[in-house]
Amino acid sequence: MSLSVKESTLGEILNKYPFAAAYLEQQNLKVEGRENMSLNEYLSSLSEDEIEERALDRTALIEGLESYIAQMLAFLGEEEQKVSSLSILSGADKSGEPEGFDDFTIRTGEIIAIVGPTGSGKSRLLGDIEWVAQRDTPTNRQILINGKVPDSKWRFSTSDKLVAQLSQNMNFVMDLTVEEFLHLHAESRMVENRDEVVRKIISCANDLAGEKFELTTPITSLSGGQSRALMISDTAILSRSPIILIDEIENAGIDRKKALSFLLSQEKIVLMATHDPMLALLGDKRIVIKNGGIHKIIETSSEERAMLEEIEKVDRKVQNLRASLRRGEILTRESF
Amino acid sequence: MNLVTVSGPPSTGKTAVILKTIESYKKQNVNVGVIKFDCLYTDDDILYEKAGITVRKGLSGGLCPDHYFVSNIEEAFEWGQKEGFDVLISESAGLCNRCSPYIKDVKAICVIDNLSGINTPKKIGPMLKSADIVVITKGDIVSQAEREVFASRVHTVNPGATVMHVNGLTGQGSFELSTLLYDRSLDTETLKGKELRFSMPSALCSYCLGEKRIGEQYQMGNVRKINLEES
Ligand SMILES: Nc1nc2c(ncn2[C@@H]2O[C@H](COP(=O)(O)OP(=O)(O)OP(=O)(O)O)[C@@H](O)[C@H]2O)c(=O)[nH]1
Ligand SMILES: [Zn+2]
Ligand SMILES: [Zn+2]
Repeated sequence: MSLSVKESTLGEILNKYPFAAAYLEQQNLKVEGRENMSLNEYLSSLSEDEIEERALDRTALIEGLESYIAQMLAFLGEEEQKVSSLSILSGADKSGEPEGFDDFTIRTGEIIAIVGPTGSGKSRLLGDIEWVAQRDTPTNRQILINGKVPDSKWRFSTSDKLVAQLSQNMNFVMDLTVEEFLHLHAESRMVENRDEVVRKIISCANDLAGEKFELTTPITSLSGGQSRALMISDTAILSRSPIILIDEIENAGIDRKKALSFLLSQEKIVLMATHDPMLALLGDKRIVIKNGGIHKIIETSSEERAMLEEIEKVDRKVQNLRASLRRGEILTRESF
Repeated sequence: MNLVTVSGPPSTGKTAVILKTIESYKKQNVNVGVIKFDCLYTDDDILYEKAGITVRKGLSGGLCPDHYFVSNIEEAFEWGQKEGFDVLISESAGLCNRCSPYIKDVKAICVIDNLSGINTPKKIGPMLKSADIVVITKGDIVSQAEREVFASRVHTVNPGATVMHVNGLTGQGSFELSTLLYDRSLDTETLKGKELRFSMPSALCSYCLGEKRIGEQYQMGNVRKINLEES
């Protein structure tokens, strides 16, 4: 049974829908001492001067609360829709030529690399996926989820986005400690067992980063590797988005292989825009983008997979040289 | 002609988003013009011209730009009709958090950015609260978590709005935005008689009229005093 916002007191509303407190708080309305009033009575008790001074709109505030409660109930009541596959049905490139494939299905637990020069159409591909294109975007592609034409909620919902993004350029900007920040994020996702979730994120992040950090560290003073690790762990655990797009991960301060397998263990689909052979060859397949379209899809060959080990060996050598330089040492042939 | 009013705090990416959105319209042969309202200075007209877009600008100088907007939008609208635009986009810098240029039955877009801080949605008044679409920019430089937290704050402040992420640099999201802005069946014939969504503050004090001296005896009109007793 849902309560009528117009007929119930604020106390009754908050009792039944504790999340409504966030709405009232964000609208600068103080409930304390007014629990026995309805929102309408509260707003009517304010003088015209006060209403004007605080730029309040009575009707909009009441309708806003009704719509906020309805949307939140829908969000909480809804079974998290399991996304187990994503299909791309081909469209055309910038010149109108058909793309070099017919349809392509990606399943959870798969890593797909995206390669191609900047400006070739990577962000359009991502845009098509986020917008669950139905032959209504410039590429004329169609996106299916679990083999079907998806619910249109994916387009407009604030809380359910299909794609979460992690990129090299991203930094934390909020003035909060790691703990405060994770609680805030968990709260905005309406997560119930917050302490536990926060603990889990921290322990995974510390596992991925070379150097451990504390709960009390301000997020803005984390090192590059620590930030990356926290972002990955937080996104894997707290974000509802089933698809993660990674735009390069630096090869420093973080165990990239572990990070990827962690994301996959959370049943995500991982798309990775990268030209780093160590990452690209970790993918099951790679999408080659050219002139705004998908030019072809290449399956990682066994030869490439075998090469991966050698590439990693070379990389470890270079990393060691780097570390020696940092320590102020002289490089020798033997140390190479 | 469709009219679309775009507003938002300074430097949030209004021009960048509008430019990218118009790019999508060009391919669809939709003719778009822009009218830019600002306070003291703007270079935006040059940016629009460079992109081949017909633009006019108005500087409000001593007035609140939103007040200036209301007194000029009708003429701007008629100019757009004469030019034969399919869509006229007005861009105005929201400077005072109290006013907003939105008109009833005219699409209203607020542009804010992810860098502005978690409490910003709460601080911005009608400009955010009464927008139909809220565009959030600069998601490319903050974490996924901050994007999610920020969007959920925006949603709490304005549950009725469609919240969209647009990258002003790459244009990601701007095609999607363009599909929500233009609708031939929603042409506006005239602005005469239309109403603002939210009244502008009626406050007019001696300082609005050019007074410079500090002191009670110089203060006339609508004067409101701070309460220093309570905390
Ligand atoms: N990283 C990043 N920068 C952006 C984005 N959108 C806009 N910018 C940059 O932000 C700055 C301000 O963008 P403008 O489009 O001029 O902002 P505005 O809101 O029109 O500014 P005023 O009209 O002066 O109030 C420019 O340097 C843009 O390149 C974005 O999504 N990401
Ligand atoms: Zn601008
Ligand atoms: Zn004002």
